[in-house]
Amino acid sequence: MRPFHRAPRFAWWAGNRPYTLFMLRELTSVFVAAYAVLVLLMLRSLAAGPDAYDAYLRWLTTPSMVVFHLVALAAALYHSITWFALSPKAMVVRLGDQRVPARVVVGANYAAWIASSVMVAAILLRR
Amino acid sequence: MAKTGEPFWWLLFAAGGTVSAFLVPVHLLLGLALAAGAGGTREAFAYDRVLTVASHPLARIYLFVLISLSLFHWAHRFRFTLADGLHLKSSSFLSWACYGSAILGTLLTIVTLARL
Amino acid sequence: MPAPTIAAPVITLEVLRYRPGVDPAPVFQAYEVPYREDWVVLDALNYIKDQVDGTVSFRWSCRMGVCGSCGMMINGVPKLSCAAFLKDYYPGAVRVEPLAHFPIERDLVIVLDDFMQKLSAVKPWIIRHDEAPAGEFRQTPAQLDRYKQFSMCINCLLCYAACPVYELEPRFVGPAAIALAARYNLDSRDQGRAERQEIVAGPDGVWDCTLVGECTTVCPKDVDPAGAIQQGKLGSAMDWMKRVVLPWGKP
Repeated sequence: MRPFHRAPRFAWWAGNRPYTLFMLRELTSVFVAAYAVLVLLMLRSLAAGPDAYDAYLRWLTTPSMVVFHLVALAAALYHSITWFALSPKAMVVRLGDQRVPARVVVGANYAAWIASSVMVAAILLRR
Repeated sequence: MAKTGEPFWWLLFAAGGTVSAFLVPVHLLLGLALAAGAGGTREAFAYDRVLTVASHPLARIYLFVLISLSLFHWAHRFRFTLADGLHLKSSSFLSWACYGSAILGTLLTIVTLARL
Repeated sequence: MPAPTIAAPVITLEVLRYRPGVDPAPVFQAYEVPYREDWVVLDALNYIKDQVDGTVSFRWSCRMGVCGSCGMMINGVPKLSCAAFLKDYYPGAVRVEPLAHFPIERDLVIVLDDFMQKLSAVKPWIIRHDEAPAGEFRQTPAQLDRYKQFSMCINCLLCYAACPVYELEPRFVGPAAIALAARYNLDSRDQGRAERQEIVAGPDGVWDCTLVGECTTVCPKDVDPAGAIQQGKLGSAMDWMKRVVLPWGKP
């Protein structure tokens, strides 16, 4: 028997739509990390004093940083939506004998997302 | 580090993915609101107010969790993305580079939060 | 005057041929096949073999989607050829290739040995340590429900053809094998989870998976192997936590 081995393609992730969407989903983590660093920089400027903090805020609101925020927001939303959609796969929730349907788990995630977002906004804007 | 400690890194990845999925969008929205000067954000983000809010012990824990877990989420996901996307062999170097960055970021976060 | 004849509709199948020892590499060969609305790709292939070119080789058996023999790449998508209707491709051509990520033995026939070895490695049978009960081994509908979905696997290997990790890492145990391990781990009659964990939770088990999810998308029996793998990750992580946090507990 002389089997023929087809070599793996280098850009397999550009090959078809599901693979490309998968790669985009994975790359959202870069924006999540970038934003975490942004928050860390804010905390560092906060610790350094009012002048450093004001300079940081001025930087944060420049046009290129606004663009970054928009792109990062799109990435974060894509991360959230795909994360919630996949959450029922890892955890099978059972009530007694019945398996809780996937869409209920997803719905609960969305509810918690809205609730936590409202809480964070309230704490940061109100007090 | 590559394969035997997998459950540990995966748990951090999962926790980080959940925390960031819930919280990062609203933070980004608030950042955009600040840039637009909308909804009283200029006053809400004044130095004294932010320092007071951020110094609260619960806020420090929240910020630590938000930053650190987001970094570990990225580290695990990016390690696999590089390995699969660029056909790199799953290596210790790649793991150290990714998780190491997240560990450094976490340490820096602890130091900064202590200084508030 | 004789009535003008209307040509019967035809559809073109481009079949990847490979004759070991003859072809240095696989090459496409085009065949024109009568187009019938109720035909599937398997019918077209059998027409080719019976009427046009008897040398084309391919696997098939039940022709109704339960045996798992006829998996092929149809226009680049892993499908059962008995479930791919010509009318979904007509009037375009249909490209038929052997299942991706497996070595080609001949034409549309792939070498399955890797999967067969991985399948036996996960020990897909009931493992008992205690005595079996006297009489029947009883199971409630709720107990059956826990593993039933994963038991629907027909070993058609479409999931392996859809998995980019398997393409890059041939040692990956793969979706179907892990789903079948889960099927037995979740079976109330089984006591063999620990034996399977070495493979399932090992370096080429669940931890190679990055949840692309295409395995579940292409599965013709709704097994959801991606779900089985994610549950396997969670189960393995729980085991790890128990070992680390409660080292005096039962392993």
